[in-house]
Amino acid sequence: MNQMTEIKPLTRKDFESDQDVRWCPGCGDYALLAQVQKLLPTLGIPREHFAFISGIGCSSRFPYYMETYGMHSIHGRAPAIASGLKLARPELSVWVVSGDGDSLAIGGNHFIHAMRRNIGLKIILLNNRIYGLTKGQYSPTSEFGKKTKTTPLGSIDRPFSPVSVALGAGATFVARTVDSDHPHLLDTLRRAAEHPGTAFVEVLQNCIVFNDGAYNALADKETRDDARLLLRDGQPMRFGKDGTKGIRMRGFEPEVVTVGEGGVTEADLAVHDESAANGGLAFFLSQFAAPLPVPLGVFRAVEAPVYEQLSTGLADDARAKRGQGTLEKLFNSGDTWTID
Amino acid sequence: MNTQTMAVDEPRVVGGIQKTRPIEEIKSVVIRFVGDSGDGMQLTGNEFSKSVARAGHDFATHPDYPSEIRAPTGTLFGVSGYQIQFSSGEVFTSGDAPDVLVAMNPAALKTNLPDVKHGGMIIANAGAFNKANLQKAGYQSNPLDDGTLTDFRLYTIDISELTAQALKDTGISKKEIGRCKNYYALGLMLCLYSRPLESEEGNIRAKFAKKPEIAEANVIALRAGYAYAESTEMFVSTYQVRAADIKPGRYRSLTGNHAAALGFAAASELAQVPLFLGSYPITPATDILQELSALKHFNITTFQAEDEIAGICSAIGAAYGGVLGLTTTSGPGMALKTEALGLAVMLELPLVITNVQRGGPSTGLPTKVEQSDLLQAVYGRNGECPIPVIAARSPADCFDCAIEAFRIAVKYMTPVIFLSDGGIGNAAEPWRIPDPARLSPLAVKFRTDPEGFQPYARDENLARAWVRPGTPGMEHRVGGLEKNFLTGNISHDPINHERMVDVRAAKVAGIAKDIPPLMVEGPGSGDLLIVGWGSTYGSIVQAREKAALAGKSVAHVHLRHLNPLPHDLGDIMSRYKTVLVPELNLGQLSKLLRERYLRDVIVMSKMQGKMFKVSEIHDRILELC
Ligand SMILES: Cc1ncc(C[n+]2csc(CCOP(=O)(O)OP(=O)(O)O)c2C)c(N)n1
Ligand code: SF4
Repeated sequence: MNQMTEIKPLTRKDFESDQDVRWCPGCGDYALLAQVQKLLPTLGIPREHFAFISGIGCSSRFPYYMETYGMHSIHGRAPAIASGLKLARPELSVWVVSGDGDSLAIGGNHFIHAMRRNIGLKIILLNNRIYGLTKGQYSPTSEFGKKTKTTPLGSIDRPFSPVSVALGAGATFVARTVDSDHPHLLDTLRRAAEHPGTAFVEVLQNCIVFNDGAYNALADKETRDDARLLLRDGQPMRFGKDGTKGIRMRGFEPEVVTVGEGGVTEADLAVHDESAANGGLAFFLSQFAAPLPVPLGVFRAVEAPVYEQLSTGLADDARAKRGQGTLEKLFNSGDTWTID
Repeated sequence: MNTQTMAVDEPRVVGGIQKTRPIEEIKSVVIRFVGDSGDGMQLTGNEFSKSVARAGHDFATHPDYPSEIRAPTGTLFGVSGYQIQFSSGEVFTSGDAPDVLVAMNPAALKTNLPDVKHGGMIIANAGAFNKANLQKAGYQSNPLDDGTLTDFRLYTIDISELTAQALKDTGISKKEIGRCKNYYALGLMLCLYSRPLESEEGNIRAKFAKKPEIAEANVIALRAGYAYAESTEMFVSTYQVRAADIKPGRYRSLTGNHAAALGFAAASELAQVPLFLGSYPITPATDILQELSALKHFNITTFQAEDEIAGICSAIGAAYGGVLGLTTTSGPGMALKTEALGLAVMLELPLVITNVQRGGPSTGLPTKVEQSDLLQAVYGRNGECPIPVIAARSPADCFDCAIEAFRIAVKYMTPVIFLSDGGIGNAAEPWRIPDPARLSPLAVKFRTDPEGFQPYARDENLARAWVRPGTPGMEHRVGGLEKNFLTGNISHDPINHERMVDVRAAKVAGIAKDIPPLMVEGPGSGDLLIVGWGSTYGSIVQAREKAALAGKSVAHVHLRHLNPLPHDLGDIMSRYKTVLVPELNLGQLSKLLRERYLRDVIVMSKMQGKMFKVSEIHDRILELC
């Protein structure tokens, strides 16, 4: 880079493309766009080093609105495309933006393998628990019994939790946040950006048209403190309006308790440990269902070898051992013979 | 066997052993080794081919194995074979019919006997012709002594027992001794065809370097087989094939898959651009992934993806990143890649998709040859989705095609489908090693100038610019939705869409201007033109040459480029009364030719998982002119 040119600090504006944003007014996708545009200029990465890859779905229109490199690809395949890009160009900051159908239905295979490999991708899943773009069919995260256009009598599919799937596939960074809490969203994205391997963030996102209010309890200032559990590393799991509620483990069963009632003290509460060697605790949290609160924050953040570094490492080792390959040598290796 | 002269009965030393037997000079010979899939026949055949290669023969091979990894021993469906033709002249196929069949058990004899030339030689491992094996092969009585084989020159040798005897003092286990009998058989054949032992011994020691006692045992078995052929009176004479009249140079033996891998590595070096292979294992394409995975000291990244879709998608991602994107597969995997192919067409990024075809549909005949994915390659996608298609004609030709595929891909910013098939992917032939300095470089330009940049503006070849992410001032978005003619932004404008459909088609059609004039073998006009493509090349060449010698007015043109078709093909076809198109499918190229040139052609198809025999095509030529 030319040392002489003064590098103008980037601003949020620098990341806004000239394309009209075409989400329904009130769609939770706007919140993600705004927070990403706010975050990127602060990361110290030149704008041209960002690439956003998406699949298909409302959420997957994301790259068009970013003034970076980007690709709106095909349904479910963004992690595979992004993996190829990241392996070919490890120096780039590669982000995947996807929906619950995109990532977990058609793209389930690519999703779990991206988690398993620990490629340095930032994968954001906008979970509105419905198919938006195809106008309102149930998704792999829709509740059991959910009535939609394709399940008029109620869904008989059991939903899964994206966080559980990611953890089960061995992801090294897993977090959840919600579109309505902008500071929390920004904070979580920042943590993801700083993680060297695959960073997975589930964003609970409102689809105002086909699944409005799915996360009302988390959005409403009145109810949200009771409905969510903000995970803080090394801290006891407390929540509730006045902060007196907490999570206690009874063997393998979590339960909601109130500190100061029935002899319960803070020391009885489970303590969050995002870097625990054993992923069990994170998995417990990912399985929380009512009446337990919805955990938000970083479930797990552990260090593990990063795939693209391993890949370039193999190549470096091979070169150290055999020298940079040349066609001359390659062609003439093996059994050769000469005809005069 | 094509006997030419009888050499004098003079004593000479070969392989340390005094030879006094007459040596017959022959022009070419076809040998087939057959046995259980665990008998090591592929290895035996391979080693034999190396030995004849070193002697300066031209040769072609045909490995044929069952799709089961270890089919039950002794069964008819578990037979594995390896055929080789070598000659003092040019060789184009592995041969129609074996002159010599080396059969390691009754099942192998039974399944292969119908192919052996009348009067041909059969060397049977008598030790394996026991009751149980005969029964498994469905023989009521032992064909070695019930008169079944009177039309052949039969040699029964108890290879199992003789190997066991030779190795009884080595201290290795019975099971391991059993595994050495293929080297005994190889020893027999090396002697019969006057090939030296020494280099083979060297090969064995190198191959089993980590297990010296096994190496020693195999060397002993090899020598024992050689000595047996030499010392017993069983072979009336041994044979010598004169070295072929081959272009001087340095050679090595390559299978089509190996040649393709070298070609891809070469493309990357010639372009000075790294190569990325995203792939998922599938027979018979896996070798390419394996070969390239061993070349990490080049600028090559290999990625064994979770499936074929991820294979091609990762390659698209890599191509977007500015490296040479490659994916390799076979029929069923090709079907999975289809949607991503459409994306690559919309993105207008260079990408090579290799399909080493096998018998279909569905899982079909995974280890057998077929050319039935041509129409899929040309048409098999949603929407108007043109992709250039090229095909290799022989194992060594896979090298050139691999480079050609990338040449088209980067020049025209397009995915390119490269068709090979199981017939050449696994078969070997001598490859004249090129001087890398004399291979033409692949011109790759990355645009870095943001001034006036429009992502979908086109050059004189209608190709858009390749821009690497990371280039300042040129940030832009691409995707599968229809794009504006210049900006690449989403456009649903009807006229724009039609214009884009037209321009994508015109871009691919325009590649025809780069295709060199076709080589027509035979008269420039006349009775019959054979139009071929892919691995049927060898059979067609030999059949045509034979018919031409008999005075037939028959010519042959072989297509490398199948989409677009070469610009001079229509004119060439018009100069012959009849056009014959032999293909290992129901007439797929025929359909393309009829559609394009509005002229009828005669379909010659074969759908047996086997290559054409020279005689089959020759017979058809005689019927037509
Ligand atoms: C191969 C393929 N199958 C189906 C579709 C149709 N399709 C597009 S988006 C979508 C689901 C989108 O849901 P989600 O991923 O949750 O994203 P959202 O629209 O809710 O943001 C479907 C089924 C497609 N484009 N491609
Ligand atoms: S349909 Fe739903 S998810 Fe799609 S843009 Fe509208 S609100 Fe957002």
